Amino acid sequence: MKKENFLNITKIKQEFPLLKRTINSKPIVYLDSGATSQKPQFVLDAMTDYYEEINANVHRGAYQIAEQATTASENARKSIARFIGTTNEHEVIFTKNATEAINLVAHSWGRINLAEGDVVLLSLLEHHANIVPWHQLATERGVKLRWIPITPEGRLDLTNLDQLLEGVRLLAVTAASNVTGDMPDIPYLAEAAHAVGALCLVDGSQYVPHRATDVSKLNCDFFAFTGHKMCGPTGVGVLWGRHEILDAMPPFLGGGEMILDVRLDGFTPNEVPWRFEAGTPPIAEIIGLGAAVEYLEAVGMTAIREHEIDLTNYALRTLTERFGSDLIIHGPPDTTNRGGILSMCLKDIHAHDLSQVLDQNGVCVRAGHHCARPLLRELGVTATSRASLYLYNDESDVDTLSDALYEASSFFNF
Amino acid sequence: MAGLEDLYREIILDHYRNPRNRGELESPPAVVAEGFNPLCGDEVKLWLLLEGEVIADIKIGGQGCSISQSSASMMTTAVKGKTIEEARQIINSFKHMMSIHESGLDEEHSQSIDDQPVEAELGDLAALRGVVKFPVRIKCATLGWNTFNQALKDAGNDDQVSPV
Repeated sequence: MKKENFLNITKIKQEFPLLKRTINSKPIVYLDSGATSQKPQFVLDAMTDYYEEINANVHRGAYQIAEQATTASENARKSIARFIGTTNEHEVIFTKNATEAINLVAHSWGRINLAEGDVVLLSLLEHHANIVPWHQLATERGVKLRWIPITPEGRLDLTNLDQLLEGVRLLAVTAASNVTGDMPDIPYLAEAAHAVGALCLVDGSQYVPHRATDVSKLNCDFFAFTGHKMCGPTGVGVLWGRHEILDAMPPFLGGGEMILDVRLDGFTPNEVPWRFEAGTPPIAEIIGLGAAVEYLEAVGMTAIREHEIDLTNYALRTLTERFGSDLIIHGPPDTTNRGGILSMCLKDIHAHDLSQVLDQNGVCVRAGHHCARPLLRELGVTATSRASLYLYNDESDVDTLSDALYEASSFFNF
Repeated sequence: MAGLEDLYREIILDHYRNPRNRGELESPPAVVAEGFNPLCGDEVKLWLLLEGEVIADIKIGGQGCSISQSSASMMTTAVKGKTIEEARQIINSFKHMMSIHESGLDEEHSQSIDDQPVEAELGDLAALRGVVKFPVRIKCATLGWNTFNQALKDAGNDDQVSPV
């Protein structure tokens, strides 16, 4: 019996042009929003309108469309600030993506504030974007890395958090795992970090698209996320930081826009946030992200989260009923603080082969290590097939996935 | 429209279920090479024993998808007991097959006469010609071959073929 949803998914699907496509004459079933989300017409129109009507470089307003372009992109900054729970839009820095946002912190905060022997605490859940910049800093500066372990369920194991935090200057952790779906308790972790004088950076890439985000409630010091996973275009991401921390940070990339003055003997950096935005920004993409925020606010983040909880429960229940122990779904078995990420291993069928059969049926999932090789090593697998749910997925999508899994199971039946 | 049967021929599934020449060789004298496909975690480890110009023995280990493992298995049966020169010819034929554009496999575009001896050489490996319809999987099919190339190079045969 279908449960009543707040959202009309059929209507929502129609708002995303790509979801009308067919693959091998079958309707596309897009279950890879963890890799990138589809875009609603509303966002596409906002970007086309920008190019057709007000395209001009920003912050140089000597004529009307230049003013309009500047206003549109700064309005997007305000929308995004509101969306993540801050009234100070100058705490919102535009980057290329979440990876660049984290690199910005490693470079502009890490290089100044971390010395040899200082500890950066990461977790085994992390995506490479929140691992490699710290490895680079470790090699360059003699900074030590430490790792919060995970439970068999794929959640953070915080049993020894006090010991783990000894000597830590920065805790860098994900707000939602892109493999197990676990959503760590960020307020708890941030408070624990602050208690030892450490800052807390959060990778919100898989969180912001799916849950109402409030950086003041999360209590973190840096928050990174990306536009393309939240119905926005590729090429734009965000670093939020507490203004007093950002004010004390030197620039990241150098060039135009991020300066107040350039002389023969040096330069004066600009105010925050423009200090960290070198060169012409991705204006169309920023406007597209602003439109994505408007779209998601109109649908409602609470409704989206409720829908995903229902759908993930449906998926966990029906897949477990049908396949039993033949199908391993990594991660917590219930939807408490868990996102709609289903990393699966079906019998001994390799992820690549499984995804091949799914592709033949129009079902799009990701096969591989999901840029989380330390995590997959810990889980004891080299690759999984990952289905990730979003606001435009419904029970029929899960049913099609289930049928395709069954077909794979028969095809590779040894 | 490419179907699963184009990719997963029975021979391929047979080699996946029952891979040939699994195991290890004493090294030295055997040369060991490892190949890895970071995109999906396919691994091939290869032991190569040369006696003069002859591939006296070859063993493979590793884990991964059906295409990578079966292709590596088929490769060992194709080259074992051959001379290095014969093995290079087989590598060339396989490379040629993997580079045929998928339109070359349609019924309207029948194979040219000089392609046929190539496929005769390949034996079981001809079953992999469907892989070109699934470009993402070509790296899986060529993994074992690139590892074999590496082993030949490490064994001191510098004038061997460029990567597949």
